[in-house]
Amino acid sequence: MKLRRWFLFPAWLWMALLFFAPFVIVLAYSFLTRGPYGGVWGPWTLENYQRLFDPLYLTILMRSFAMAAAATALCLLFAFPAALFIVRATRHRNLYLQLVMLPFWTSFLVRTYAWMFLLRDTGLINTALEAAGIIHDPLPLLYNNGAVLLGLVYGYLPFMVLPIYATLERLDPSLMEAAADLGARPMAAILRVIVPLAKPGILAGSVLVFIPCLGAYLTPDLLGGGRTVLVGNLVQNQFTGARDWPFGSAVSITLMALVTVLLWVLLRRESEPLV
Amino acid sequence: MDPILELRSVLKEFPGHRAVSGISLSVPRGSFFSLLGPSGCGKTTTLRLIAGFEQPTSGDILLNGEAVNDRKPYERNVSTVFQSYALFPHLTARGNIEFGLRQHRVADIDKRVKDVLALVSLTGKETRRPAQLSGGERQRVALARSLVLQPDVLLLDEPLAALDPKLRKQMRLELKAVQRRVGITFLLVTHDQEEALSMSDQLAVMNEGRIEQVGSPQDVYLRPRTPFVAGFLGAVNWIGPIGVRPEATRIAHRGGPGSQRQAPGLVTGSVFLGDCVEVLVRLDSGEDVVAQVPRSAANFKPDDAVHICWDAAEELSFS
Repeated sequence: MKLRRWFLFPAWLWMALLFFAPFVIVLAYSFLTRGPYGGVWGPWTLENYQRLFDPLYLTILMRSFAMAAAATALCLLFAFPAALFIVRATRHRNLYLQLVMLPFWTSFLVRTYAWMFLLRDTGLINTALEAAGIIHDPLPLLYNNGAVLLGLVYGYLPFMVLPIYATLERLDPSLMEAAADLGARPMAAILRVIVPLAKPGILAGSVLVFIPCLGAYLTPDLLGGGRTVLVGNLVQNQFTGARDWPFGSAVSITLMALVTVLLWVLLRRESEPLV
Repeated sequence: MDPILELRSVLKEFPGHRAVSGISLSVPRGSFFSLLGPSGCGKTTTLRLIAGFEQPTSGDILLNGEAVNDRKPYERNVSTVFQSYALFPHLTARGNIEFGLRQHRVADIDKRVKDVLALVSLTGKETRRPAQLSGGERQRVALARSLVLQPDVLLLDEPLAALDPKLRKQMRLELKAVQRRVGITFLLVTHDQEEALSMSDQLAVMNEGRIEQVGSPQDVYLRPRTPFVAGFLGAVNWIGPIGVRPEATRIAHRGGPGSQRQAPGLVTGSVFLGDCVEVLVRLDSGEDVVAQVPRSAANFKPDDAVHICWDAAEELSFS
């Protein structure tokens, strides 16, 4: 075997042991029956997948997709102008990039708890507003869909900024000048030249935000307070509280299949020749 | 003559250096005008000032007699052909050409695109993306994209630099022909003296942020006002304080009549250039000079004692 092939071996081994093997186990579990004391049991069955069509679970799936889509859209709305700003910055460009990545210096869990301290009834925001006499009763900022959305957008914003920045940075700066030269005002130039050319970065960022948001369980768990159950929480509950591993596995596999189909469709469109 | 574009004491300073040192310039309407100079002489900055990508530190830029200093690039009726072409890679040739027309909400887009495609010989290529076009075709798209807007002045920033030499010569003729046909004022920036000499009605030679000389190609080539202009536009043999172009320098085995300008020397070598031969001569006074002679007359060997001679009318002198 050529030496070059061996370079792939560590990654291959890692993926085989820690991704592929667990995946096969989860896939197998999803076709088994729940044992009397948890665990898995024969016989093979499709029942776990049939259960997913229960309106209760369908609602959770729909809600998760809607939440992930909303988070992705908001991230895009905030990230694109930010990335454009950073690319255009002649000075301090590296500083701005560092600031985008600054949140990664602390654990996601700690940062989510910090949001709880800010948002809760006796938190910083409510206390400040009450002290200022603007409100008399605390605003319901925590434990609702809004709080979950805020947490997701906050957490995944850098994953949208960085790929868009990377695409914009490669663009010939004279393209923007050419657009202005041909009579385009700045907004028209951005919409008709920069946005279409940033499409690969927008797609990459959207995938990087949408997929983790779809499976997120920490943010909805802490900021949603158990009221906003998303599919990630459903899986977690099946493996911990409910001890129904086969159903939890079926939910996981279904989620994975949906994401794969979605990615396939997206990437197929993306691979149409742009230039 | 009625100038379409005028620069009045235009000065541009960047932090730490002065790119353009207060130049004044008047470009006649409908002419082919070139800014010629070595890299870093300020010619591209001058072009960017006219396009509106840079603001002058002081001085005025007048287009059609109106100061346009405060107008944004999209408010100035000039258009640029960029050195990199800066074609929009996601749009077809037609999309690129239509871009400006759509921004200006022009009514007869289809007809104008069709006409300009024919003008630059791109008919049939309109559905191709820039990546599917050759270098020469991309250049035509860039030219068409600007021409179709019928600007007051078309600015060309080293437009031929990216083409191979053969194509470059062909495009020179085409550019000139297009300019004649449409009658739009062309302002070309180049460091290639042959390009400037062959295409321009008038040219300005720039050096270190200043204009050294403005005039017709013949004027500037035959009567350079400074040694820099003489040297930049072509090779010069310096014989004492006198400059003579190699093509005006003749060479003979013996001296001519005393009335002729001449100097003795020894042949040091020769270079075969295909269409002619350059004979290198070290004069007895110590200077090295080059004489361009026809292939048939090139019977000179190293160490031959020769005389070089020239007509007094061919001497370049500077006041």
